[in-house]
Amino acid sequence: MTAAKHLFLLGANHRTSPLALRERLTLTPEKGAALAAALRATGAVAEYCLLNTCNRVELYAVSPEPVTAQHLLAEFCRIQGLAPADFAPHAHQRRNPAAVVHLFEVAAGLDSQMVGETEILGQVKDAYAAAQAAGTVGPVLNRVFQKAFHAAKIVRRETAIGEGQVSVATVAVSLAERIFGRLRDSRVLVIGAGDIAEKTAKALRSREAGTIIFANRTAARAEELAREFAGAALPFARLDDGLAESDIVVSSTAAPEPVLTVPMVDAAMHKRASRPLFLIDLALPRDIEPGAAELPNVFVYNLDDLARLAEENIAQRRAEIDRARALLTGRAEETWQKLSPGSTSDSPQ
Amino acid sequence: MIFGPIPAAPDLHRAAPGPTLVPMDLPFFTDRWAIACGTGFYASGLLYGCWSVLHRRRHSRIASYTFMLVGWLLQTYGLYLRGQATHSCPTGNKFELVQFVAWSCTLLYLAVGPAFRTSLLGFFSSGMAVLLGVVSLAIPAWDSASRTRPFGDDPVVAIHASLALFSYGVFALLALTSLMFLLQHRNLRQKRSGGAFALLPSIVELDHMNLRLLGCGVVLLAIALGIAGLHWRGHPDAVAPAKLIVTVTVWLCYAFALGQRLLQRWVAQRFAWLCLALFLAPLLSLGIVSSPRRPDLPAPLPAVRAP
Repeated sequence: MTAAKHLFLLGANHRTSPLALRERLTLTPEKGAALAAALRATGAVAEYCLLNTCNRVELYAVSPEPVTAQHLLAEFCRIQGLAPADFAPHAHQRRNPAAVVHLFEVAAGLDSQMVGETEILGQVKDAYAAAQAAGTVGPVLNRVFQKAFHAAKIVRRETAIGEGQVSVATVAVSLAERIFGRLRDSRVLVIGAGDIAEKTAKALRSREAGTIIFANRTAARAEELAREFAGAALPFARLDDGLAESDIVVSSTAAPEPVLTVPMVDAAMHKRASRPLFLIDLALPRDIEPGAAELPNVFVYNLDDLARLAEENIAQRRAEIDRARALLTGRAEETWQKLSPGSTSDSPQ
Repeated sequence: MIFGPIPAAPDLHRAAPGPTLVPMDLPFFTDRWAIACGTGFYASGLLYGCWSVLHRRRHSRIASYTFMLVGWLLQTYGLYLRGQATHSCPTGNKFELVQFVAWSCTLLYLAVGPAFRTSLLGFFSSGMAVLLGVVSLAIPAWDSASRTRPFGDDPVVAIHASLALFSYGVFALLALTSLMFLLQHRNLRQKRSGGAFALLPSIVELDHMNLRLLGCGVVLLAIALGIAGLHWRGHPDAVAPAKLIVTVTVWLCYAFALGQRLLQRWVAQRFAWLCLALFLAPLLSLGIVSSPRRPDLPAPLPAVRAP
C-alpha cells in the first residue's frame, strides 16, 4: 500500500508548547471546519483525523502524494492566524511508523500529562468517530486507529500504567479534601458542561460531596446534568450568587474570555466570611483570571497545576513506561508493516 | 530528684511534711526519672513522625498515639509524685510550670487527636512536648531545691492555678494547630503535594479547631482570673501587681483574637499567624506567673530539697 508511506502527524501538545500557546492553538468548531475545507482543497490529503483536546491539537493525515509536513504546517498556521515561524519551534511532526507509534502512545495514555490516564482514550475514540461520521477516514486511518485502541487495552491489562489516582478529576478531589476535609458539607458549582468537568462532578459525588449545582449557557444542558446528579441548575446570569454560595467551583467552558474575573471572586469572598473557595479551572483558554489566586483564602488550580501534582504522585507509573512502550512499539511497527509491506521504519522528522 | 525529708515549719506557703516519694518497689524511679522517661517516649513519637515525613510514608496513628499515651502516663506519674510532696498542684517552680503546660497540651491531644482520620497532630504535639521537656530538664536552675506551694493551702486558689496553666496548655495546642494550618495552607497555595504533610488535617478542620481551642482557652483563663480576682479582693497583698497585669494582658490578647475571629476580621491565614504569635505571650509570662506573691513580702520557706 503506497499511500501508507505518507502518513503525517502534525501538532502541538503539552510537551512541546506552553499553556499560553496551547490556548491559541485550540481549534474552535469554526476553525476546525475551515481547516477541513483547506485540507480538502489541497486535493493531496486522502484521509485525515483531527484530535483536538485541552492539551493537544494533532492532525493525522494520509496522502497518496509525498506532501511535506511543511505544507500541512502552513495550512494549519493560516487557519490559526499564526506565523509559521512562531509555531514551528513548538510543533511536533512524525511520519509513517513514527506517527503510528505516537498515536498508540497517545491512546494508551503514555503521552498524557498524567501518564496512564484514561480520559485520552475516550477523546481519541471521539475524534475517530467524528472523522468517521464526516467520512474523512479511509483504510489506513481506520486500521491505525482501531489497532491503537486495541493496543491501549493490552497495555492497561499487561502493565501497571493505569494504577493509582492520577486523573484530573481525582487529583482535584483529593485537593478538595485537603481544603475542606469531608466533602459532605461542601457545595459544588460546575460551570460549563465539559467532559472533564462532568467526570470531576462524578468524582466529587463519589466522595459524598453536598449539593452540586450546574450553570451553563445552555440552560437545558444544565438542567439535564442537574437531573443526572440529583443537583440543581443555576441560570448562567446568576453566576455571582452561585460563586458566593459554593465551596468548590469546577469550570470548564469553551468561552474565549475568563468566566470568573478577579472582581467577581473578590466580591464572592466578601460574602463568604471565613470559608475558603476552591476554584478548579479545567478550561482552555482558562475560565478563571489568574489574579484570583492572589486573593486570600482562594485556591485556584488549572490544568497544568493538577497535572503537575499528579506527576508527583505517579512516579511509580513511570517505571512501567518502558514496558508499555515496548509493547506498543512492536505492535505499531507490525501495524505499519501490514499497511506497507516491505517498507522500512522512518525515523521521526 | 529524690524528695528528701521535709522540714516542718508553720508557714502556709510551705508544704506539709509527707513521706519520701519514691516507690518502694522502684527505688530508682524518681519523679524526675519518670518525667525524663516520659520525654523519651515523646521523643520516640517525634522520631517516628520524622521518619514518616522524610520517607513520605503514611504513619501508624496507633503507634504515634501509643508513644504519646505512655509518655503522658509517665509524665503524669512524675508530676503526681511532685504534687504529693507539696500536697498541691505541682506548679512550684519553672520546671513544674513548663511540665504542667506540656502535660495539659498532651492531654488535649490525647482527647481530640483521634477525631482526625489522617493527621500529624501527634507528630507536632510530641515535638512540643519534647521541646518543653528537654529544655526544662536541661536547665537545673528551673527546678530549684526551694519548691514552694505558691498558693498556700487555699484549694480555690489551687484551682485557679491549675485552670490557668491548663489554659496555657490549650494555647500551646492552639499554636501547634495554627502551625499545621499554615503548613497546609502554604502547600496548597504553592501548589505542592506536600509529601507526608499532605496528611495534615484539612484547613477548614484546622480552622474550626483553632476557633474551638481559642474559645476554650479564653473561657478557662477567664474562670481562672475570676477566681483569682475573688481571692485578690480578700488578700490584696497576695498577688504582685506585675503578675496581675501580665496575666490579664495575656487573657486580653487572646480575647482580642477571639473577638476578631468571631467578627470575621481576622480569618484563615491571618488568624493562624495571630494565634501562633500570641503563644509568645504565655511563654514569656511564665516567669512572672510563677511568682506567688508580692516580692516585697518575705519569701516562702523551702518545701522540699534535692538530696
